[in-house]
Amino acid sequence: MIIAKKKPIEEIISEVENFDRLLILGCNECVTVCEAGGKKEVEILASALRMNFMAKGKEKVIDEKTLERQCDHEYLEEIRANIDKYDAIVSLACGVGVQFAAEKYLTMPLIPGVNTVCLGANEARGLWTERCQACGSCILARTGGICPVSRCAKRVMNGPCGGSTKGKCEISKDVDCAWQLIVDRLKALNKMDDYEIVAPIKDWSTDRAGGPRTVTREDVNI
Amino acid sequence: MSTLNTNSRLEKVLKAGHIGVTSECGPPRGSDAEEVKKKGMLIRNHVDAVNVTDNQTAMTRMSSLAACIHLKLMGIEPVLQMVTRDRNRIALQSDILGAASFDIPNILCLSGDHQSFGDCKQGQNVHDLDSMQLVQTVRYMRDEGKFLGGDAIKHPPKLFVGAAANPFADPFEIRVPRLAKKIACGAEFIQTQCVYNIDKFKEWIKRAVDRGLTEKTFIMAGMTPMKSVGMAKYMKNRVPGMDVPDEIIARLAGVPKDKQAEEGINICVEHIQELKEVKGISGFHIMAIEWEEKVPEIVERAGLYPRPQV
Amino acid sequence: MRLKLPANFRIVRVPCTGKVDIIHILRAFEKGVDGVYVVGCMEGDCHYNEGNFRARKRVEQAKVILDKVGVGGDRVKMFNLSSGEGPLFAQYSIEMDNKIKEMGPSPIRLAKQKKAKTAA
Repeated sequence: MIIAKKKPIEEIISEVENFDRLLILGCNECVTVCEAGGKKEVEILASALRMNFMAKGKEKVIDEKTLERQCDHEYLEEIRANIDKYDAIVSLACGVGVQFAAEKYLTMPLIPGVNTVCLGANEARGLWTERCQACGSCILARTGGICPVSRCAKRVMNGPCGGSTKGKCEISKDVDCAWQLIVDRLKALNKMDDYEIVAPIKDWSTDRAGGPRTVTREDVNI
Repeated sequence: MSTLNTNSRLEKVLKAGHIGVTSECGPPRGSDAEEVKKKGMLIRNHVDAVNVTDNQTAMTRMSSLAACIHLKLMGIEPVLQMVTRDRNRIALQSDILGAASFDIPNILCLSGDHQSFGDCKQGQNVHDLDSMQLVQTVRYMRDEGKFLGGDAIKHPPKLFVGAAANPFADPFEIRVPRLAKKIACGAEFIQTQCVYNIDKFKEWIKRAVDRGLTEKTFIMAGMTPMKSVGMAKYMKNRVPGMDVPDEIIARLAGVPKDKQAEEGINICVEHIQELKEVKGISGFHIMAIEWEEKVPEIVERAGLYPRPQV
Repeated sequence: MRLKLPANFRIVRVPCTGKVDIIHILRAFEKGVDGVYVVGCMEGDCHYNEGNFRARKRVEQAKVILDKVGVGGDRVKMFNLSSGEGPLFAQYSIEMDNKIKEMGPSPIRLAKQKKAKTAA
């Protein structure tokens, strides 16, 4: 899922200074799971912002709503009826939701309330880590299910590099060396011979480098 | 293995069966090439070729290619070090052609230290290719005469292609398979990370010999003289992938401070003399960073001077 | 126990301090209270095992938010004691009361009062 992190409240405060009527808009999916932009976070942010401006004598109208998702037309439509009550929306959805809402409500300023960080997994309560870089050409079958694009700091296709130390990446002791993980997994799968297969030069045209990506399914589009 | 593919002196020396000697210099953090030229002059007669590092430890420096050109124009044979961190495949192929246009005959293909180590921590990194794929690319350009995209190259570049190896990095069990991979990609010579643990290094070489890898490539052992016990401890504890045995530290600690540099050179010379006799070792890559003036002494005392006529 | 307690606080009973969430603390301040204290069992003795640890972390978070919005993180505090320690509860209450008196009314309360005056 998409992992996001709450923006520092100071940043949000400075972005909303000049708007009097705000809607704090949350999302019930990924950002709820990573505890950055769900209903709970919306409530807390709204309360904090109200107090902030009240204490400064610049009280604002701050409403709260959490949609099922912000990346689908039908859910974003739910706010159309009341949208004129607001001068700006602080969206706690990931970057996708913020943009989709901005496209839909052309004249409404959209302020992001979270920093969208990565595609990742919920490793433990309070710990979300990156797993996928959406390169568009998945090679996991050849790397024991561990991705060198997202988990190797140098995305080497034939690793590890010379900086791998005791299973950790040269950039930090807290980062696993992806290629150590791959080697361990190949060992566990009894496929160490696969290690010597030279991975071909990657086609990055399906990655960000190729331009904004689109997926279509003609067969489901009536 | 004995036909020559390039005009590289290093290739000639190694293929003639001599022990090859290379050293290294780092370009300056500025636009004055004098420093590089001076370092080149200090070592020119004691080595077969001089490596020029490529923004080493991700610190922005004068480009390796430019510094190589300066050396080449002085009649010193360079080894162009090229990392994949900073350039995409277009720029890599482009610089390879640029190097070949100046008759720079050697290239060492590397990934490069992560940019977080250097002065541009906020920068992007590229890694369009990795070091092994870069080796493949140079060989493809030279031997097939084509660009990666498939078009023919007018005047294909003739470069003697090398890669780096670190016998001491983790995980140890794949260090020889990794060497095999680099050779399968076309690496014609290998320069290793600096060696202090002679026994472990000999073990690695032996495995390489047993697999027949030393028939297919020339392995040059990296050697860096220690300047002090402080440097030895730093390298042991702070530099990833470095194996410095306690005996070395003890030996340096056992002499007074003003004698440690001399002892460091003694150790280096002894190691070269020992490894000269080991099957599978084709040469030495002496990295005396900011201590280039000692390279002639090391080469002479190790019995590798004068350099052979080829 | 007929102990002397400050008269100007409200007790909100919860089955476990683990039930207290950040928003409850913030809403109290939004409504204009001057201080909030969360009183839970001794650490390690929580009937629900970690309820009071969760409460502590949430109190810490609320402190940070209250500091950032100008209300003051020192207005919220967590105390731990066992249910039989009546005198200690009284002591903590007095301590909290004194601290809040020293800090003065919450800026939210002042703002609300001002608003009410200008409306009148």
